[in-house]
Amino acid sequence: MFDQLSERLQESFASLGGNKQLTLENIDEALKEVRRALLEADVSLRVVKTFITRIKERAEGENVIKSVSPSQQLVKIVHDELTALLGGENKPLDLEGNPAIIMMFGLQGSGKTTTCGKLALQLRKKGKKPLLIAADVYRPAAVNQLISLGKQVGIPVFSIENSTDVLEIARQGLQYAQEQQLNTIIIDTAGRLQVDTEMMAELLLLERMVKPQEKLLVIDAMTGQEAIHVSETFNTQLDVTGIVLTKLDGDTRGGAALSVVEVTGKPIKLVGTGEKMDGLEPFYPERMSTRILGMGDVVSLVERAQEAIDLDEAKEFERKMRKQEFSLEDFMKIQRTMKRLGSLDQILGMLPIPGLTKDMREMLAHGGEEQLRRVEAMINSMTLEERRKPEQINRSRKLRIAKGCGMQEADISKFLKDFEMMRQMMKQMTQMTDQMKKGKMPMGMKMARGAKGAKGVPPFPGGFPGGKKPPFPF
Amino acid sequence: MFKLFGKKTVEGTTQESSAVASASSEPMSSPEAASGLDKLKSAVSVTGRALVGKILSLGADASRVLTEDDLETIEETLIRADVGVDMAVELTEKIRKNPAVHPTDKLKVFLQDEFSRALALGPHANELRYEAGKLNLYLIVGVNGAGKTTLIGKLAHRFVQQGKKVVIAAGDTFRAAAEDQIEVWAQRAGAELVRKDNADTAAVIYDSIHHAVESKADVLIIDTAGRLQNKFNLMEELRKVKRIIEREAPADLVYEALLVIDATTGQNALRQAEVFQEAVQLTGVALTKLDGSAKGGIVFNIAKQYHLPVKLVGVGEKIEDIRDFDAQAFVNALFD
Repeated sequence: MFDQLSERLQESFASLGGNKQLTLENIDEALKEVRRALLEADVSLRVVKTFITRIKERAEGENVIKSVSPSQQLVKIVHDELTALLGGENKPLDLEGNPAIIMMFGLQGSGKTTTCGKLALQLRKKGKKPLLIAADVYRPAAVNQLISLGKQVGIPVFSIENSTDVLEIARQGLQYAQEQQLNTIIIDTAGRLQVDTEMMAELLLLERMVKPQEKLLVIDAMTGQEAIHVSETFNTQLDVTGIVLTKLDGDTRGGAALSVVEVTGKPIKLVGTGEKMDGLEPFYPERMSTRILGMGDVVSLVERAQEAIDLDEAKEFERKMRKQEFSLEDFMKIQRTMKRLGSLDQILGMLPIPGLTKDMREMLAHGGEEQLRRVEAMINSMTLEERRKPEQINRSRKLRIAKGCGMQEADISKFLKDFEMMRQMMKQMTQMTDQMKKGKMPMGMKMARGAKGAKGVPPFPGGFPGGKKPPFPF
Repeated sequence: MFKLFGKKTVEGTTQESSAVASASSEPMSSPEAASGLDKLKSAVSVTGRALVGKILSLGADASRVLTEDDLETIEETLIRADVGVDMAVELTEKIRKNPAVHPTDKLKVFLQDEFSRALALGPHANELRYEAGKLNLYLIVGVNGAGKTTLIGKLAHRFVQQGKKVVIAAGDTFRAAAEDQIEVWAQRAGAELVRKDNADTAAVIYDSIHHAVESKADVLIIDTAGRLQNKFNLMEELRKVKRIIEREAPADLVYEALLVIDATTGQNALRQAEVFQEAVQLTGVALTKLDGSAKGGIVFNIAKQYHLPVKLVGVGEKIEDIRDFDAQAFVNALFD
C-alpha cells in the first residue's frame, strides 16, 4: 500500500547510518526526507507540515539526539505518530439500531456502488439482514449495477424504476425493509462534486430524512492533494461518521488516508481492495503504519497469497511457517503461485527485513530469480518423500539429487542448510508479527540493535548484505 | 450524476455544473467554438487560482528579490497542484538561482515558459488523430472510476455530430452493469453499440472490429474494464486486446490508445501511465473531471516522464463537455 513511502523512509533513516549520532542538523535532513516521502505518497502538504512539526518536537523532547540508537528511536516516533494520526485503533461500524442505516457518498468514481455490494455481503456474514437501496439516479445504469451486485451476493436491492426522486426512493426503501424485516440498510447515492451545491443539498435532505447512524465518505486512495478539500467539505456539510478508503491495492501509496483522517478527525473504518466482492477489510492504523515504515507485513503477505492460492492452502502455509514444518513441497507450491503474487521484489518488500533498501532488494530479487531456477531444478530431482521431509536427505540421496540436476553435492547441502534457516526465520517472523499485534515494540527496532539486540537468530547471519548470499532461497 | 436524464434537466438546455458556471451552456457542435475554450479556461482557472494566484500575490516590485519564505510558498503552491515534488523543487531551484525572474511579471513569464516546455512534446502532439476514409480506432483504458465510459459517450457524441459513423465496443465485461451504462451513452450519442454480455472482452473486440470494417464505420471506440494496474490477469487481458486489434484490424488503421486519468488523482497517475504504457502502448492521455476543484497538475509530470500528451479533456457532466487539449491555452489559463 505504502510501498514506495516505506522505501523513502527506509532510505532516509539508512542515510543517518545505523548508530551514528543524530545532530540537530541531520535530524532536519532526515525529516526533509520524511517530508518528501510523504508528499510523493500524496499526503497533503498541510498534513505533512503538521506531522513533521510534531515529529520534530517529540524527537527533541525525548532527547533522541543523545540516545544510543537515535535513528531507530526516530523510526519509533514516526511509527507511533503515524499510528496516532491514522486514528490509533480500529473503529468498527456502528450497527446499533433497528434498522441500522448506512449512507454512502463521495465523488464520482470513488467506488461507492462496489463498496455497497461488498459491505452488504460482509454484514450478512455477520448475521445481519441487509437491504441495498439504489439512490444513484443520475449515472446511467448505476441502479442496474447495484442490482447486479446484489444478485451476485444474494442481497435484496430496492429501487424504483425511472424514478429520480431520491427521497421517495429512500422512504419507500425503508418501508420495504420494515415489511421484509431487514435490519441493516445501505443507501448508495450518486457521486457528486463537493463544490456542486445543488447536489450537496440533495444529500443533506436525504440525510435529514433517513437519519443514518453511519455516514460514510468513500474516498479513492489514489486521490492527490485534492483529498483535503473533498473530505473537508463533505465533512463540514454532512458530519461524516467514517471513511471508506477504496482501491488501496497494489501500487496505491494511499497518502490520502493520512490527509483525510487528519483533516476531518474522522476514522477510516473500512478499506476496499480489488474488485471481488470479498475485498473489504476493517482498517487497522497500527498495521498500516507498520507497513508504511517497511517493517514488513507478513499478515498481508499471507493474505495476498490467499488471493492466488485458496484460503485453506494459505492458512496451512501460515501454520507451517509458524511450526517450522514448511516443506520443500510447499516451497514449490508457493513457487508456482509466486508469479501471480507479484515479483520477488514486491514480495521481499513485504517481509520485515530492517535496513533493506530498494536497491538491495532489487539486487536480491535479481540474484534470487537466478537462484530460483537452480533451486527448482534441485527440487525437481527429489522424490516426493524427500520434498516433504528434507531433513531426512542423507549423503547418498544428496549425491543422487546432484546427479539428477547436474549440480554438485555441496550445492545441495548448501541449499538444504539455507532452507532450514529460512524455516527458522519464518517461524520467528510470524512470532514477531504476533507480538506486534499484541502491541509490543515493533520488531524492526529490536532486531536492528544488533549486538545488544533481540534473542534468537539474527535475520541475516554472516553480515548480510556484505558479500555473502542471503539465506533466502527465494 | 449525469443530469441529462435527471429531473433537474429540461430537454435541450442542460444545466451548468457549478464549478464552471461561467461558461456558455449551449450544446456544442464543434470543439473549436469559442465557448469551448471559455469552458476549458474556466475549468482550468480553478487550477489557476490555486496554482498561481498565490505566487503572483508575492508582490510586483521590480527590484525585489524573493525571500526564502517566498520561495517556500512557491514550492508549496506547486506541490499543492499535484505537479509532483521533483518538478516543484526543480522549478523553485531555478527561480532561486535566477534573481532576474523574481519580479512578479517576469516570474509569470518564466513559469509559463516552464510549464509550456513541460507539455511540449512536438507539433500536433496534443491532437487526437483522425483520418478520413480509414478506420479510426480509439482504445480507452484506465483504472476503475477514472471516467472511461463517460468519456467514450462524449467522444462518440462529438464524432456523430461531425457526421461520422461511430461504433462503440462494450469491452468492459467485468464490472456489473457496465454494458448497460455504455448502452445509455451510445444511445445518447447516436452511436452503434456492439455488446456481448457474459463474453470475454476479446470476443467483443473481435466482433466490433469486424462489424466496424463491414459497416464501413469511421470510428471505433473500445471501452475496457477499469483495472487496477497491478492486477496481473486484467493486464494480461488488455495485452490480449492489443494483440487482437493488431491481428484483426485493417493495416491502415489509425490507432489511439488513451489513458483516462481522473484530474483528482495524485502521483499514482505516474504509475498508471507506466503500467498501461507497457500493456497497450499508449498514445495519449484523456484528463477527466477537470470541472471540480481538481488541479490536474499531474499532466506535467506525465508529459515529462512518459512523453504522453494530453489529447482530450473532460470539463463537465454533459455529453458535449469534451475538449481538445490546447497546451498553450491550458498554461495561459493558469495565469488568467
